[in-house]
Amino acid sequence: MFGFSRAQSIAFVVMVVLIAVCPYVLYPVFLMRVLCAALFACAFNLIIGYVGLLSFGHAAFFGMGSYVAAWTMKHWHVDASVAIIFGGLTGAALGLVLGYLAIRRSGIYFAMITLALSQMVYFFCLEAPFTGGEDGIQQVPRGHVFGFIDLSNDMTMYWVVSAVFLAGFLLVHRIIHSPFGQVLKGIRENEPRATSLGYRTDDYKLIAFVLSCMIAGIAGGTKALVFGIATLTDVHYSTSGEVVLTTLLGGLGTVFGPAMGALVVTSMENYLAQFGAWVTVTQGVIFIICVLAFRRGIIGELGAFLKISL
Amino acid sequence: MIMIFGIPGPLLFGQLLLGLINGAFYAMLSLGLAVIFGMLNIINFAHGSLFMMGAFASWMLLNYLGIGYFPALILAPLLVGIFGIILEKTIISRLYKLDHLYGLLLTFGLSLVIEGLFRNAYGSSGMPYRIPNILQGATNLGFMYMPNYRGWVVVAALVVCIATWAIIEKTPLGATLRAATENAPLVQAFGVNVPRLITLTYAGGVALAAFAGVLAAPIYSVNPNMGSNFINTVFAVVVIGGMGSIMGSIITGFGLGVIEGLTKVFYPQASATVVFLVMVIVLLIRPRGLFGKAA
Amino acid sequence: MTLTRRSALKTAAAAAALPAAAPLVGAPLWRPARAQAPTIKIGVLNDQSGPYTNTGGVTSVVCAKQALEDFGVAAKGLKVEVISADHQNKPDLAVSITRQWFDRDGVDMLLDVPTSSVALALQSVCREKNKVYLNAGAASSALTGSQCSPNFVHWCYDTYMLSKSTGGAMVKAGGDSWYFLTADYAFGKQLQDDTSTLVKAAGGKVLGAAPYPFPGTTDFSSFLVQAQASGAKVLGLANAGGDTVNSIKQAHEFGLNGSMQIAALLMFINDVHALGLDTAGGLNLTESFYWDMNDKTRAFTKRVLPKTPNNYPNMIHAGCYSAALHYLKAVADMGAAEAKKDGVATVSRMKAMPVEDDCFGTSKIREDGRNMVASYLFEVKTPAESKGPWDYYKLKVTTPADEAWRPLADGHCSFIKT
Repeated sequence: MFGFSRAQSIAFVVMVVLIAVCPYVLYPVFLMRVLCAALFACAFNLIIGYVGLLSFGHAAFFGMGSYVAAWTMKHWHVDASVAIIFGGLTGAALGLVLGYLAIRRSGIYFAMITLALSQMVYFFCLEAPFTGGEDGIQQVPRGHVFGFIDLSNDMTMYWVVSAVFLAGFLLVHRIIHSPFGQVLKGIRENEPRATSLGYRTDDYKLIAFVLSCMIAGIAGGTKALVFGIATLTDVHYSTSGEVVLTTLLGGLGTVFGPAMGALVVTSMENYLAQFGAWVTVTQGVIFIICVLAFRRGIIGELGAFLKISL
Repeated sequence: MIMIFGIPGPLLFGQLLLGLINGAFYAMLSLGLAVIFGMLNIINFAHGSLFMMGAFASWMLLNYLGIGYFPALILAPLLVGIFGIILEKTIISRLYKLDHLYGLLLTFGLSLVIEGLFRNAYGSSGMPYRIPNILQGATNLGFMYMPNYRGWVVVAALVVCIATWAIIEKTPLGATLRAATENAPLVQAFGVNVPRLITLTYAGGVALAAFAGVLAAPIYSVNPNMGSNFINTVFAVVVIGGMGSIMGSIITGFGLGVIEGLTKVFYPQASATVVFLVMVIVLLIRPRGLFGKAA
Repeated sequence: MTLTRRSALKTAAAAAALPAAAPLVGAPLWRPARAQAPTIKIGVLNDQSGPYTNTGGVTSVVCAKQALEDFGVAAKGLKVEVISADHQNKPDLAVSITRQWFDRDGVDMLLDVPTSSVALALQSVCREKNKVYLNAGAASSALTGSQCSPNFVHWCYDTYMLSKSTGGAMVKAGGDSWYFLTADYAFGKQLQDDTSTLVKAAGGKVLGAAPYPFPGTTDFSSFLVQAQASGAKVLGLANAGGDTVNSIKQAHEFGLNGSMQIAALLMFINDVHALGLDTAGGLNLTESFYWDMNDKTRAFTKRVLPKTPNNYPNMIHAGCYSAALHYLKAVADMGAAEAKKDGVATVSRMKAMPVEDDCFGTSKIREDGRNMVASYLFEVKTPAESKGPWDYYKLKVTTPADEAWRPLADGHCSFIKT
């Protein structure tokens, strides 16, 4: 089902069950943060795990999605689903423009171009009047979904966010396990060979990039509605760095890695907030350990240990 | 008064000079990065933190040992360089077999750790550090008052940059180094201790960053965040100049300083971002950078 | 790879075990229903790792706890707890932590909160949950103006008070032409606007401004040279924290302090300490508290110093103390259970009672949530004039409480019935 192997199907079911059960035990707003981060990481994983391109500026798409969703929600009072879709479309459009510029290069140059481009997006967000600059867009109403489901209740919002996450998760998975995904895999493994077979590799990479940015935009838009604010933090390069950490920690190129990474990183941020200054040190240490000893990430190591692919 | 584009002539020349001075800093900092990338193929994101450590080292030397600025110019890079050796032996050496990008991620993590620890220990307000007496005061150049210290910075930076370039490109040691990065086993077969050479190169790059830190201590606030303010720009400089090219970094550093200085006059809000604009343009037209070797 | 029942079970167990570890990691998230003993909880939320660590940070927490001690919590039969967290100057993180504090951890009062964008974001959260929000750290005068709230009190300073004291007083003292060095974001721009208005109202002129990118600018040389070229008498620094320290250091380097007076529009004693008196000497700045002002402030400082030995209290720290103390008085007056239920009622009680403590003397909280304390224009001493550690300020001008703040009508606060 959905192209999952047996082991993955079981893991998927476990994940759905956890999503259904956790809000009764843990704090729903915290869980929504995890889900938005997980969706963002899934989007990022698509481009780094399966296409092999490290984008160091993915926050631009997440953040712009966040701003646009917040703005349309606050000023046009649209349906929440419309706002989120606007967020996704913004991510995709921006991804198309930036991707078109960046995709010609690869490896470290691609990373540097995406970093530079996202810094320019940050500057735009800082100066443009509609983003509210330092204050961001505040007091964004949660509104209604499909006209009648009121989102001001935390639990209702949670179910909607879970639905968005699962849809995005399955979409990413579907993209990977499709003929398109197979071509991507071939490009990642040996691009000249793919070109010699007649595939226009740049186009494939660009499409994958745009899809990744669209999902990132959806994640951003959802997050803006949950918290009612869209700020410069969303487009800052530290958010780009954080999604890299999340995906690396969870496991690059694995199906469930991003979600696991998001859970761990968000929990850590939350728990360590009371210790003030140690959060950045801990994040740094985790980065180092992950690169040196733990390159496959939590899910990757787990999968290797159990000899299955997760 | 001559007006150029609506700005008085003297003011413009003053800004150009200031831009050159800033450029000296960028060149100095990017030099260490270029050396480390060119020779070791490591993208050292921790460079900003090492710069900060150099500034702190000079402050610590003054505060705890009473050692002043000029000795600190030698001692601080030495101390931080030793730290660099330890880093290389324990952590960095494991990165050589891996993809570039892991190096970037690890050194990024390293920078978080170093900065976080210094913040915990010293707070964020910064520590006072004075310009040494002999370099205080300003000279009236006619179109502006230039602080003597800034003049010293340009001179010191130029000397160090050119000396480094000369060592790497023109001396037998430099030649051995370059050979070792191209074909390490072969060079090792000649009896050269390649791992030690590489360690010392990394330490050298680190020492360059620390030297820039000592230069910066009297004029910028010595605080744990000072490195991260520079690191993005410095990376842009290295990428634009060409990731392995020493001369490229030096020239681009100065050049970018001037461009930034001009932006500060005409559209100051964009002065932090103009570097990235240039980087994107260069990368699109000439991906290996202005002076880089073909990838 | 063969899928056996064993490996499938292992997967499921592993996948289930890992998230189940989350409660251990996120322990504060999961609380069983608690017995209803009315513990009053104060949450100090500020920057503990970024640029405002020393002007707020742990010292604010220390001062809040001192209020508990000075009030005599146990003797009055109250149970009070102080918790804290680092918001890293990120509005979403702050909103997240605050919501959790209110929903899960039973926090009743939010204290400190520097960084205006964060402070503004929390207004609606506190209003929605009907909790008490006492802000000592943020500067924006909009908090008692267009963004005011009946759950909120702004304790010890804002951009208007700073502009009036530093701007207005300096013009009267002869600094009648200004050039601004402005951090290009909402706070910096507001500070520049407020000060410009007041400078012009006092008869001065604004000759120009240089907005620089924020954050991230460390080198101000070209902006300072432009300021010098303008010929203004006063250099107004519309920035804060590390930027202020850097701009002053570099202003000295370029010899600006000889030809211009430097007005730091937002600066604290901790920044002066970071600069050192040889650079900071002669600076003009405004605070509403100075540790060495009178016997009472000295006594207070003596009490807190052992717990924060390297960082003397500034007006924000004193504000946290004063706010927590006054809050506890209101709570004791109302009864803990009543205070926990209704934030608006607690704040109304606080407005009805006069504020009185060792730090600010007596003051009164206005209907829009503005605590009216006096403001002081200080000049930083030169090294020769300073006789001991942290002996940094000499008082130049006092603006009394009723003149120091924006008039009530000008704030356009929506819940004030006029």
